[in-house]
Amino acid sequence: MALRGNLRDFTITQLLNLINLARKTGTLVVEGPSETAKISFREGKLAYAQIGQEDSRLASILHKANKLSVSQYKAIQQRANHIPDKELGLLLINAGYLSQEDILTNLQQYFTDIVQRLFTWVEGFFHFDNDLLPPEDRISVRLDLENLIIEGSRQLHEWEQLQDEIPSLDMALKFSDRPGTNLRNVNLSVEEWRVVSFISPRNSIKQIGAATKMNDLEIRRIVYGLLQAGLVEICRQDGAPPPVAKVRVFPTEDKEEQKSLVNRLITRIRSL
Amino acid sequence: MQTVKMVVTGPFNAGKTEFIRSVSEIDVVSTERKISTANEKMVKEATTVAMDFGRITVDDDLVLYLFGTPGQKRFDFMWEILSEGMLGFIVMVDSTRPETYREARSILETFRAYAPTPYVVAANKQDLKDAWEIEDMRHALRLDPKVKFLACTATDRDSVKTVLLELLYSILSEMENGEK
Repeated sequence: MALRGNLRDFTITQLLNLINLARKTGTLVVEGPSETAKISFREGKLAYAQIGQEDSRLASILHKANKLSVSQYKAIQQRANHIPDKELGLLLINAGYLSQEDILTNLQQYFTDIVQRLFTWVEGFFHFDNDLLPPEDRISVRLDLENLIIEGSRQLHEWEQLQDEIPSLDMALKFSDRPGTNLRNVNLSVEEWRVVSFISPRNSIKQIGAATKMNDLEIRRIVYGLLQAGLVEICRQDGAPPPVAKVRVFPTEDKEEQKSLVNRLITRIRSL
Repeated sequence: MQTVKMVVTGPFNAGKTEFIRSVSEIDVVSTERKISTANEKMVKEATTVAMDFGRITVDDDLVLYLFGTPGQKRFDFMWEILSEGMLGFIVMVDSTRPETYREARSILETFRAYAPTPYVVAANKQDLKDAWEIEDMRHALRLDPKVKFLACTATDRDSVKTVLLELLYSILSEMENGEK
């Protein structure tokens, strides 16, 4: 219930990351300044997208991508306007106009473009509807979100936001243990790969920045993108001494007495 | 008399005061501290900082103090002072206000850097209809799966007890692991 809010407080990139990690199925509805977008997901993968009043039927998408000529498009509109996209797709494949791969590639590109347009939206209410799925007469795809998330993060420019996300450059990074994530399938820029090559609990983010000749903003931006995509996690640097508390935590140094003290606390809290 | 301390932190209005109030045997004291610049010639107007303070007497020999940090970021210099010597800390997050999640994450990272003590995160106001699901919040807060993330209603004593107990179990577990 209640996955809802405003883009002012929760960016599209963060939403995609949540949907990806939680492997959600349903539709994210985003009410922008002048139009509403509906982005559907299956188990955390992008399945379908629609924005405003744009015609998102297969014929229109292929025509916009110059895969169908004007005359072909008009012919389809006149004779096959009522048939579902899946059927139309099969007709086009059987007629030799397009391959299945062509159709899927163009659909993926169209849906990706819609999501990328949302990256520019900084205000708007959103909610996630678990019960709203893509229209049955349309073709769904299955697109990993990691690259989209990284792309969204690349467009992130707010210094204050980056500082909030990564307040300390003295921490280190490690690769996350998410099953199913393969770094080889993720498209990274040259700079991002350079940073990835230094990721190890032995290296602080500051050290990685120095080694890759990046300033604080640049390294924060790249690390933020990798964090948002769930590829890495922040950890304490190996070998870094834990901060020393100036004041004693326990009133006694004796370990057994310390344990006894904690047990007394537990007993007391239980009795409240 | 021996004293130990726990800190309750989190963004402004996350429910820190209510949390402490639910279990404190004394009325929660909001301590007003006047903070002024060191150079008296430059002092214009003292800033006041509100912190919450509660107490649970364990027995004749032991008292637990609960400190609630000021939520506003401009008073983050107080966090380090309050975190000194704490047994552990609780980060409160308002489940109905996703606009505070980023700040909550920042506070969590800040306290982790101050002291390597056990902590738990409490998703407060889970009784309200606009509350996000716990698992969605865990992802939004990017919490490690090993971190205890607990549903909480700060006005409900049993709920608050559960959060405190989970923190104490974590403290005990860390002590026992340290011996191995």
